[in-house]
Amino acid sequence: MPQYAAIIYASDVDPTRPEAADMMKDYNEFHDGAQAVIRGGAALYPTATATTVRVTGGKGGDIVTSDGPYAETKEALTGFYLLECADLDEAVKRAAQIPGAWDGAIEVRPVVDFGK
Amino acid sequence: MTSAGDAVARLVRDEGTRVLATLVRVTGSVDLAEDAVQDAVVRALETWPRDGVPANPRGWLLVAARRRAVDVVRREAKRLGKEADAMPAIDPHPDPVSVRDDLLRLVFTCCHPALSLDAQVALALRTLGGLSTAEVARGLLVPEATMAKRLTRAKQKIAQARIPYRVPSSSELPSRLSGVAATVYLIFNEGYTGRESLQAEAIRLARLLASLMPDEPTALGLLALVLLQDARRPARFVAGAPVLLADQDRSAWDFELIKEGVELVGAGLRRTPTTPNPYVVQAAIAACHDLSPSYADTNWNAVISWYDVLLSIQDTAVVRLNRAAAVAERDGPSAALALVDGLPDLADYPWWHASRAELLHRLGSGAAFEALERAVETGLPDAHAAQLRARMESENPERNARGFGESG
Repeated sequence: MPQYAAIIYASDVDPTRPEAADMMKDYNEFHDGAQAVIRGGAALYPTATATTVRVTGGKGGDIVTSDGPYAETKEALTGFYLLECADLDEAVKRAAQIPGAWDGAIEVRPVVDFGK
Repeated sequence: MTSAGDAVARLVRDEGTRVLATLVRVTGSVDLAEDAVQDAVVRALETWPRDGVPANPRGWLLVAARRRAVDVVRREAKRLGKEADAMPAIDPHPDPVSVRDDLLRLVFTCCHPALSLDAQVALALRTLGGLSTAEVARGLLVPEATMAKRLTRAKQKIAQARIPYRVPSSSELPSRLSGVAATVYLIFNEGYTGRESLQAEAIRLARLLASLMPDEPTALGLLALVLLQDARRPARFVAGAPVLLADQDRSAWDFELIKEGVELVGAGLRRTPTTPNPYVVQAAIAACHDLSPSYADTNWNAVISWYDVLLSIQDTAVVRLNRAAAVAERDGPSAALALVDGLPDLADYPWWHASRAELLHRLGSGAAFEALERAVETGLPDAHAAQLRARMESENPERNARGFGESG
């Protein structure tokens, strides 16, 4: 069965802070409902903690690290789920249930299955 | 021999799309299915004229295409050092209902909301319209390399993201159908400037949708709309130049299509008595024109009333602009100009400038020529610009000296 990364772009909040409790309630509800398809995932610390890595000149080239996330917009990458769904329609339906979709956006990306 | 070859080519083309639809279902890949059907078609064109057309041409093509697809999959698996996935069997004698479902599934796959509208139109033209990449590129006015890239990306996304090959459930249908209808209507409009093959394909798709969803007002209205517009096609061009509705030879219109379209408008309205469907309403406007014995006899009150209905469900500046053109006929150009000038945000829309040019010209204003220049700058099609310019110049001979022509 194909897997999809549901990548959450939402307002940048630290989910470990007490003020995120309301938001976490919604996420816990999503967990309860989507247990059957969740294969993994994580919440991320705010973008201020992010480091972007590039290798210039291709493989084996110089490692250039810079402070901050890859592309800063109003929303930020705040977490992701790994979902196992029959097809894109099911993945989109599930993604729409993730709270981050309600005021941000979820990018749904098929996961490459190297074993096939 | 030539006529036999022609007959075979026609048959192969007719069956090709249906076979492709079935093979996309079986293989799950538009690319692989296209390659396999292409191969089967070439074989058919080689052998059928010589050996005769088989008793079940579609079954023959299906079996040949599947054989080719299996070969390609096996070769690819071997290259990657893997076991080939077993490919589901296909029935060489499919019943017509399942074939129609395959076609419909292909329509919905091409028009999936996870693909960009550009890609949807291109893919629908390519796979359902049977047009080559070069033809699609020409039809949509983009370079062939761009179109090839767009198609490749769309097919890759279908395969990698597993865009399902299925007709949406009835609860999803209304939202999906609107995307499909928009795509089909875009295809139709692409053909409106003279590409008749595109229009024919759009009408074929609209007929398919209406026959498969006979109770969906969007499907009925879409088919009505394209038929009622297509009915005027025989009179729309004379020697390659577009002819305005007012000047068309109405006896050349296709009254069979008009009759069918009007019946579909009725069917669409019966299914949506309270909030009419936008396609049905646009078709009703087209029907007002098609049923009028002459331009002068057009029932402008009816046309304007239908535009008011359309505005109540779809209030856009373009609809308001079209309504203003009808107001010009009923209430005169200055009433219409006030409406047109009151429309915001259309400065980049060539038809807004063209409408202003037309109305200013009727009011005898020299500003008409400036408006036409703006219309040309923003992309009014050459043929329409030349026609409007010629009329304005012939009716305003003293303006000829202005050297108006160089901007086109």
